Amino acid sequence: MTLASIAFGAVTGPPSPGPSDFDLPGIAGSAVTKPMVLVALSVVIIVALFYAMARPAAVVPGRMQFAGELVYGFVRNGIARENIGSHDFQKYVPFLFSLFLFVLVNNFYGIIPVIQFPTMSHIGYPLAIAVLSWLVYNGAGIAKKGFLGYLKHETVPAGMKGPILLLLVPLEFLSNILLRPVTLTLRLFATMFAGHLLVILFALGGEYLLLHSDPVLNKVAGVFSVVLAIGISFLEILIMFLQAYVFTLLTSMYISEAIADEH
Amino acid sequence: MISTLVFAAAENAEEEELNPLIPHLAEIVIGLVFFAILLLLIWKVVAPLFEKAYAERTAAIEGGIEEAQAAQKEAKAALEQYTAQLAGARHEAAAIREEAKEQGAQIIAELRAQAQAEAERITTTAHAQVEAERAQVLAQLKGEVGSMATALAGRIVGEVLDDSAAQKRTVERFIAELEESAN
Repeated sequence: MTLASIAFGAVTGPPSPGPSDFDLPGIAGSAVTKPMVLVALSVVIIVALFYAMARPAAVVPGRMQFAGELVYGFVRNGIARENIGSHDFQKYVPFLFSLFLFVLVNNFYGIIPVIQFPTMSHIGYPLAIAVLSWLVYNGAGIAKKGFLGYLKHETVPAGMKGPILLLLVPLEFLSNILLRPVTLTLRLFATMFAGHLLVILFALGGEYLLLHSDPVLNKVAGVFSVVLAIGISFLEILIMFLQAYVFTLLTSMYISEAIADEH
Repeated sequence: MISTLVFAAAENAEEEELNPLIPHLAEIVIGLVFFAILLLLIWKVVAPLFEKAYAERTAAIEGGIEEAQAAQKEAKAALEQYTAQLAGARHEAAAIREEAKEQGAQIIAELRAQAQAEAERITTTAHAQVEAERAQVLAQLKGEVGSMATALAGRIVGEVLDDSAAQKRTVERFIAELEESAN
């Protein structure tokens, strides 16, 4: 990826980071690409880490277990119970917890040296989990209210009567049923894509200005560019966490809304 | 500079027909498969362990609270028992004191009665003794007075009244008259 770009940029002029930087060739000529490996690795990392932390299951937790419970409790109590309510939240906790960790780890790949690629900047992955979220919240609603009951619940705002419904029902259907997986996907994909592109831009730009161009002013700009790349990387850490949180939070809110008694 | 870079990037994308918004089917499938694996493992293995720890902790805390409540109840019962015992003991002490007081009074009364009886007895005895002595003295005196009077009268009359029986009768009659007059 970046190595190829650097080589390319060094030969033919200033680097031009773009979508092509995200189009990685298959490893060793195969169809298996880096993000595929990273996704598989994320499952191994998450399960190994959290199994090790959860395994003691002690009444008085050790350091590892305490750290694990901090994350688990954050999703379980801070997101699931807070939004879905203490009556029904329990059965959605494993899903929301998996979702949070899956997005978080795959996002954090973007700032881990050597790996340095956020899996979620390939739209297929956020789309996959957004579709799952869509299936889960709609499934929960349909299981509770029946197909037509759920459709009515999601599309007819409470207390609305008359011709205004002709306008409202399609709008609600669009926003509550059709667009939610799209917005979930785009939000996560776009922030990861743009963030990674920004880091690439400032890192490669800095490198080019410092090493491959002659004017002194360019060197100054190069230093500035590298500093910005580092600063943006730190900002990215925050955004990576926030996106994982937002994705999980929104899913739990959709579930909560789908199974709510009143609109 | 940046705008030209971005522009160049856009151009580049168009050239290579790269659109990051078009998902690869392989990636969707792989994402779904690996997420499903993750979900399964978290659901079946990891989350139950955390929940188990939570449940055990809750149970431990609730158990502790129950234990404390039981101990408190026990302590309260013991306190009540002791209070009751104390009240009983106090009551008993009061009863004993009362009884002792009564007994004391009774003893005093008895002693007093006894003393009185003794005193009476002594008085009676003394009376009887005095009476006896008086009677003895009186009898003695009777005899002596009789003989003295007889002797005196004999001297005066000059004759010896030998007939003692008659003499005695006379004397006795005289004394009885004396006594009658005295009474």
